Amino acid sequence: MGKRIEFTLNHQKVSLETDPLRRLLDVLREDFELTGPKEGCGEGECGACSVLLNGRLVNSCLIAVGTIEGQEITTIEGYRDSERFKVLDQAFADAGAVQCGFCIPGMIMAAEALLRKNSKPSEMEIREGISGNLCRCTGYGMIVEAIQLAAERGAGLW
Amino acid sequence: MVTITPKTLDEALEFRSKERMIPFAGGTDLMVRRRSWSGTSPHFEYPVLFIGKLPELKKIAVAAEDNILAIGAGVSLTELLEHPEVPEILKQAIRVMASPAIRNLATLGGNICNSSPAADTLPPLTVLSATLVLQNTASRREVPVVEFIKGPGHNDLKTDELLTAIHIPVVKNNFYFYKKVGTRKADALSKVSFAGLAQTSDEIITEIKIAIGAVAPRVVSSVEAEAFLKGKPISDLPKLLPELKQMYEEYIRPIDDQRSSAAYRKEVSFRLMEHFITQLK
Repeated sequence: MGKRIEFTLNHQKVSLETDPLRRLLDVLREDFELTGPKEGCGEGECGACSVLLNGRLVNSCLIAVGTIEGQEITTIEGYRDSERFKVLDQAFADAGAVQCGFCIPGMIMAAEALLRKNSKPSEMEIREGISGNLCRCTGYGMIVEAIQLAAERGAGLW
Repeated sequence: MVTITPKTLDEALEFRSKERMIPFAGGTDLMVRRRSWSGTSPHFEYPVLFIGKLPELKKIAVAAEDNILAIGAGVSLTELLEHPEVPEILKQAIRVMASPAIRNLATLGGNICNSSPAADTLPPLTVLSATLVLQNTASRREVPVVEFIKGPGHNDLKTDELLTAIHIPVVKNNFYFYKKVGTRKADALSKVSFAGLAQTSDEIITEIKIAIGAVAPRVVSSVEAEAFLKGKPISDLPKLLPELKQMYEEYIRPIDDQRSSAAYRKEVSFRLMEHFITQLK
């Protein structure tokens, strides 16, 4: 049951004909070859597929692509050229927050969504902000530190 | 499967009146329950009606003349947290529901219509005496939330209706208490959830509401027990507790499942009740 769906993907208007019930995650990875969003659990629990929908964090595995007509989606690929990404990128590296890296695109999008709302988050607010994103390698201590570091270094950016 | 995205509520109700469809708002429960193999579309057994963007369902407003807070069924959990008029006890429940990303998609109407015994908005909505506005093309009815839920996954929504709004009477309560007991704070389903509201005056209980979630097929509340407490001096409450627990005994009927045991749920329900009652001043 194909339908034409138009939306904004990483700052560009895109259009495709597809089943409106397909998961946004599959459309991003298969049709647009954006493999930053990962499939971890496929049921909204792990956050590896996190993207921004109109600037708000969402799980792309829970979104039927037919519901995003005219909306704005940003994946890690559309975010990586920003100044904010550079600050987060360096902070994650410096804090040793990355091991296998599978959760990191989702973590970065969660950090962006958090800092956008709250540019000086407390440790608890950071933990709450990434509470829907699982990491099985580093534990969360270093990821929390990285986000704290980014908030300090990026003062004025968010 | 066919999908339809109506532009207005009237159009949506028109589609509902013609054939059986699955209303789809935030989709956070539907997409998981109906998921299929990775990379393939979820499986829906009826045509899907996308109602999440309907402007009529996205409003929050206080109707001044009748002092009712009207929340559109399609308002997301995050939007509820951001709105100053939403009662604090409902916000407390929402803050410990799912995760930030899911709260951005999930709707209040969806949590109600999914009708899980562990639905976290139902105990607060019960103590707030919320009513639900159900509409079809011809008519509109309003049903108390306690009467709407029929059992796990079952409710009073007819196949030609949509839940359009949740009405909450604006009342000042001087005590509220909410507690969710789950395995962890984020992304956990409730083992037990407890909501209590009370008003006191001169150390006498003038109004009290108690609702307990995830311990029976439907949210537990007892008009009889609440009537028993009303008018009692606060200093008498500790000695009334055994009698109060007795009154809830027959309603608290939890099950053993992967999340918790029946014995634990029952014990914790009573302890939360005791905590709520004994903090009243």
